[in-house]
Amino acid sequence: MSGGLDRRWIYLAMMLAVALPILWNGVTGKTFPESPTPPSQACFDAIEALPEGSRVLVSFDYDPASEGELAPMATSFMRHLMHKRLKPVVIALWPLGPTKAEETISNVIKADFPDRVSGRDFVNLGFQTGNEGVLKVIGTDFRKQFPVDRSGTPVDRLPIMEGITKAGDFPLVITISAGYPGGKEWVQYVSSSNPGLVLLAGVTGVQASQVYSYYPGQLRGMLAAIKGAAEYEALVSAAIDGDGVTPPRYTEARRRMAPQLFGHLLLIALIVAGNAMYFAQRERKAVAS
Amino acid sequence: MTVGLTDQAPRQGMWWIGLFLVIAVLVAIRAGIGEGMGRVYVQTESTSYAPVTGDEGRVTWSVVAEGTAGAATIERELFRTAGQYRAAEAASPGQQAIRMSWDRTIGLWLAAFFTLAVFSFLAGDNPAYKFTESIVIGVSAGYWMVVAFWETLVPKLLANLAPDMVKAWCMPNLEGGLFHLDALIPLGLGIMLLSQLTPLGRHVGRWPLAFVIGTFAGLKMVSHVESDIIEQVRATMLPLVVVGDDGSFAVWASLRNMLIVVGVLCTLAYFVFSVEHKGAVGRAARVGVWFLMITFGSAFGFTVMGRIALLAARFEFLFIDWLWLIDPKGDRGMTVVATLVSCIVDMT
Repeated sequence: MSGGLDRRWIYLAMMLAVALPILWNGVTGKTFPESPTPPSQACFDAIEALPEGSRVLVSFDYDPASEGELAPMATSFMRHLMHKRLKPVVIALWPLGPTKAEETISNVIKADFPDRVSGRDFVNLGFQTGNEGVLKVIGTDFRKQFPVDRSGTPVDRLPIMEGITKAGDFPLVITISAGYPGGKEWVQYVSSSNPGLVLLAGVTGVQASQVYSYYPGQLRGMLAAIKGAAEYEALVSAAIDGDGVTPPRYTEARRRMAPQLFGHLLLIALIVAGNAMYFAQRERKAVAS
Repeated sequence: MTVGLTDQAPRQGMWWIGLFLVIAVLVAIRAGIGEGMGRVYVQTESTSYAPVTGDEGRVTWSVVAEGTAGAATIERELFRTAGQYRAAEAASPGQQAIRMSWDRTIGLWLAAFFTLAVFSFLAGDNPAYKFTESIVIGVSAGYWMVVAFWETLVPKLLANLAPDMVKAWCMPNLEGGLFHLDALIPLGLGIMLLSQLTPLGRHVGRWPLAFVIGTFAGLKMVSHVESDIIEQVRATMLPLVVVGDDGSFAVWASLRNMLIVVGVLCTLAYFVFSVEHKGAVGRAARVGVWFLMITFGSAFGFTVMGRIALLAARFEFLFIDWLWLIDPKGDRGMTVVATLVSCIVDMT
């Protein structure tokens, strides 16, 4: 299309395709219905299958750059865990992960489950540097990598950590990951060496195609990008709210699906138009020669 | 018509100034409608703690009533919404419990400016984008340096070499307090690595590098063989004829398994370069190319989905937090767009 359409028109069209549905949703409050795919349903089922009081290791392996995709997953996971009266033990392999975890804890636990106590019903153990080195060590000695919680309290004094010596002691591990270290490393260093351990992953769109090959063997379930987040969010809402109204902070992923629809439609139209013009030009050149 | 660079530069400069002026005027108009835009409210929460000596002489801090003798008070700011501020003002005009936070409001406006500056690169390179890019790089470098110091050097090295000093200085909950002789090894390797910066010490710096690469390769090799080869091969060994629990032939499950096995074999055939791609191998390789294309297409689709989600999140920030155009969470209790739409509906 050299000499034809200025690429900035395409940027403008994409801006409108994404921005207008957001405004439409903001005015009407309507979202598209979501039907879960097997990987998202598997995430939901794995959490539902746990008995009350089970401890779940949740790793916040992302930072603000991926918040648009992963924060809704973190919110839904936390809400589901709290509703089932499970006990999340939060860690992070990314330096900004603990801050994201604190935001999720504040938005979900402190807002809707104020009776839950830090250190007994949930805990944030913070960040540890070392990437896959951390995963390798927690496979045999969890406290060596996470000796204190984020506020500096030794884990030996936390009731939630009683009897936990290694990652394999958790019946379920969830990683919400944006890249390296993340879902792939959890499979390689934790899931593979603990055959009985159930691992779930919420991943970004870029990472999804790399991690998909581990499902359903090494990964019991996965939320792939914002679509997976929306599906899981719908499942959790249906389980908790039923036919009632879901609080708006628990509809974030579904709100982002309308921009997805129109953004993708625009992209498909552009690809079709680009190919049509390419073949038309080739035809003209063939006729001319 | 050909326009030279020297002719384009002033014209582009005017174009950018014009664009930023238009944006500034639009923002000013928006700020004048309704309750304005882009303000952050906070409420200060005070908690008092008193020291309690427990078993083994351990001192812990417990929450006590405000004003208790010997108690220390910690204040923190909690975010409040514009709706909460309005409600507090209605109940008690001039109240100071919920107030506008100037520093956080400035932070919000800076975030909006940086977002727009990054978007402006789509129209072309410009000083606002370059400024923002420099800020991001500078902040990232500074942040990583601080993280490396406080998360690695202090707890993993200094705490093992000088535990009493570190405990008194910055880690009051540090337990153990023993000098670890083996911590001298990473210290020595670190110093050797830094010697790479000097011309004479380059050969010394290769030893810690060799150690790091060797350790990393060993770690990676074992995990890759286990999870990416053995487990993946196992995942491909599937029954081509699947029988359901009731003994019936499961058509779709069988087809799915066949597709996986055929896809893997054909894709592998494409990468067998020691055999000429002719006959059966050639046909299998061509089918493998189709599977590869579908894989690349799905990866591209996922990437597009991810990028649109991030773009949507930035627009939400601009529309909800900065411009106050919409209010999907009901934080403010009113929206400009909703008000305008209801006005139009009433008029029609």
